[in-house]
Amino acid sequence: MATTARTERPGTVPEASELLRALGEAGDPLRVRGGATKLDWGAPGATPAVEVSSAGMARILEHNEGDFTAILEPGVPVAEAQSAFASAGQMLALDPPLGAGDAATIGGLVATADSGPLRHRYGGVRDLIVGITVVLSDGTVARAGGKVIKNVAGYDLAKLFTGSYGTLGYIASVSVRLHPAPTSTATARALAGDPQRIATAAAQLAALPLEADCLDVAWSSGRGAVLARFGGAAAAHQARAAADRLGGAGLDDPGVVEDDDELWAAQRARQRAPEGAVLKVAGTLSDLPAVLRAAEAGGATAVSRAALGLTWIALGAGEDLAARADAVRAALPAGTSATVLDGGGALRDPWPGPPPAALVVMERIKSRFDPARVFRPGAFAGGL
Amino acid sequence: MAPDWVYTAEHQLRTYESDGLLQYHAIPAAAVLPGSAEEVAAVVRACAQAGVPFVARGAGSGLSGGALPLDDGVLIVVSRMKRILEVDLDNHRVCVEPGVTNLAVSAAVGTGFFYPPDPSSQIVCSIGGNVAENSGGAHCFKYGFTTNYVTGLELVLPDGELVTVGGKALDPSGYDLLGAFVGSEGTLGIATKIWLRIVPAPETTKTLVAFFDSTRDAGEAVSQIVQGGIVPGAIEMMDEKAIEAAEPMAKAGFTIGRKAALLVELDGAERECEARFDEVVAVCERCGSDDVRVARDAAERERFWKARKAAFPAMGRLSPNYFVQDGVIPRTKLPEVLERIASLGEEYGLIVANVFHAGDGNLHPLVCYDGAIEGEAEKAEELSGKILDACLQAGGSITGEHGVGVDKKKHMPKMFSEADLDCFQRLRCAFDPEGISNPGKVMPTPRLCGEVPGPYRQHPLEAAGLAERF
Repeated sequence: MATTARTERPGTVPEASELLRALGEAGDPLRVRGGATKLDWGAPGATPAVEVSSAGMARILEHNEGDFTAILEPGVPVAEAQSAFASAGQMLALDPPLGAGDAATIGGLVATADSGPLRHRYGGVRDLIVGITVVLSDGTVARAGGKVIKNVAGYDLAKLFTGSYGTLGYIASVSVRLHPAPTSTATARALAGDPQRIATAAAQLAALPLEADCLDVAWSSGRGAVLARFGGAAAAHQARAAADRLGGAGLDDPGVVEDDDELWAAQRARQRAPEGAVLKVAGTLSDLPAVLRAAEAGGATAVSRAALGLTWIALGAGEDLAARADAVRAALPAGTSATVLDGGGALRDPWPGPPPAALVVMERIKSRFDPARVFRPGAFAGGL
Repeated sequence: MAPDWVYTAEHQLRTYESDGLLQYHAIPAAAVLPGSAEEVAAVVRACAQAGVPFVARGAGSGLSGGALPLDDGVLIVVSRMKRILEVDLDNHRVCVEPGVTNLAVSAAVGTGFFYPPDPSSQIVCSIGGNVAENSGGAHCFKYGFTTNYVTGLELVLPDGELVTVGGKALDPSGYDLLGAFVGSEGTLGIATKIWLRIVPAPETTKTLVAFFDSTRDAGEAVSQIVQGGIVPGAIEMMDEKAIEAAEPMAKAGFTIGRKAALLVELDGAERECEARFDEVVAVCERCGSDDVRVARDAAERERFWKARKAAFPAMGRLSPNYFVQDGVIPRTKLPEVLERIASLGEEYGLIVANVFHAGDGNLHPLVCYDGAIEGEAEKAEELSGKILDACLQAGGSITGEHGVGVDKKKHMPKMFSEADLDCFQRLRCAFDPEGISNPGKVMPTPRLCGEVPGPYRQHPLEAAGLAERF
């Protein structure tokens, strides 16, 4: 779909404003492009005539070390921002998989509200974004929030744009809260071949005040693991105690991995299947056994943020992809909902439908914020 | 609505003339106390049909006049809706009605869990009000605000429609209506059912108070603690005037005459907490504190907190009246902004006491005045405004947790451009095109919604015959 679109690359907020006013007047569908690592997320929607690249706005505008905040332009690669923060012993506590060449950008991360294992402790994009500047399809430049970590003045438009898949406007900058990066980490790990045992053990850890950085479940080919990562001076000690608990909960081979970066990189990678499909399932902790069984029955792998009730089910490439994905979706427990991430362009109905009354409000939001209706029409939930 | 719960007599309505901000008052045309979501919806629907504005009220403990009635409007008081609908410990969720008090949520979940947002009014304030104001509290530097804990809402929209957004599960499909609604100060509708996330109660809590010869030294200690990678549950600072007012009431043993007291609380896993606590003690000493007191037991910890929490009510000992401000600054700007506040106090000849959440830079300057002296209230209000200017110049905000309400709407244009305010109005219009839900709050000047701009495009719902043009 990207082959026929022309590309525009604004370098400043005024340039973006002028560009979007003109594009809004022309009325042709457009899409914003960051690192192009999640291009098939969302429904296909209208074919874009124009791609607005964020590559011309890729500066770290502020890194306020003492205040643990930063202001970033949308085109900044997440990896680049993280290395800048790491030089001060800090991090943006968002660690989604960064896609091919680690090219994912801040703008794309905010637009898709993607997340990784650290969400267990620090929350998602919506919990770490404290301000935003947007450009709308009538050229309006507007700011909400600020750069302080506590602020209730005005509406929280940063959250509204988070996860909006580029359907409301162009994100021109975001302010984020940073956290201290742990000086050392260690991970407790234990295994089992039964989804119920895995889920029960994960639930036991989730109910304890362990202050784990991450609490994940991994599932693949009839075998599962519970992974609990700790950061800080006492990390190894805490991981040992957690491993003991996992053993006590009846899991096999409880142990501690101190050099655990690779293990978590692999865990993040399991959230993606660029040639296949990924279903993100939202439910509760109690749904976990049934969600894992649905993945297993469909020949898929799964990664779960157990305490959050979120699971990513990855299906490999293949001709019968749509049928396999539908089978997994049909097998999910009642009360959960599944959004298609990778494979959104290929599979039917990538979005669970919002309740009709909520969709009415969302439609009004779309009409007000994108009056020209040019930002990725048809790509979002409810056909927005 | 049963007639018993509809008040129209003046003596009944007077109860509701103000919220926690007493300098504003208005008598509503009627007050209703619905007992269910359906009754709230029926009242709102009637208001919408008649074009009558309404204001929702929880416990009425808000500090920005957000629940101030309209004299030609209906006040919808949710205080009777106080059922805890579900406690689901397996999934770390609680579902409550809006009139349930903040403290009742933690009380309902037993000792293994707690609900972190803890505004100082938590004994009386309602969850519905917390949702409207995105309430914080002393522990939000580590734990976050109401918005980080709401996973679902049942709402009555300003046209009377009942909508459910989210529930127990995270990440409901579509735009983040929860994020938009929490903190919208009653201008987008009324929450009638609220799903909250609860978290495991910490294994251990350690608290200290350290005294300093200057707020600058105490501020430096705060910076060094946070820079050192420590995320305390709470870091609270009181200045000389606040200590002087609070100690006689709280009897916590705080030394009157000291320039600053820093209350630091760490909570979490035992071993990590112990190690970090020693670092905090060392930082306080290095920054010049010659008096660091570690709470030896729960009773002593309670006393330390009592002193901090007494600072507001005790201010009456120093002054007949005071204004509380709620500005926020980047934490590193603390010393210079405190100096600016001190010099403003001298310039205006008024006492300003400071109590604040130092971790997140949320200041609560108490501007003292005597309402009996002509012109002094106006002077104090002007000084309060200048304090907010100083916060904004430092890159901060006019309100960290109290909300804009009626009290700070005049300051909104200092923080936001006209385009920013118009953009807020777009959200407002999406929820409340007729402008009847708590009008006159938040936005500095009344705005109308008008038609949806842009060319008409048929929406898929319309095409499918499921909806009319919105």
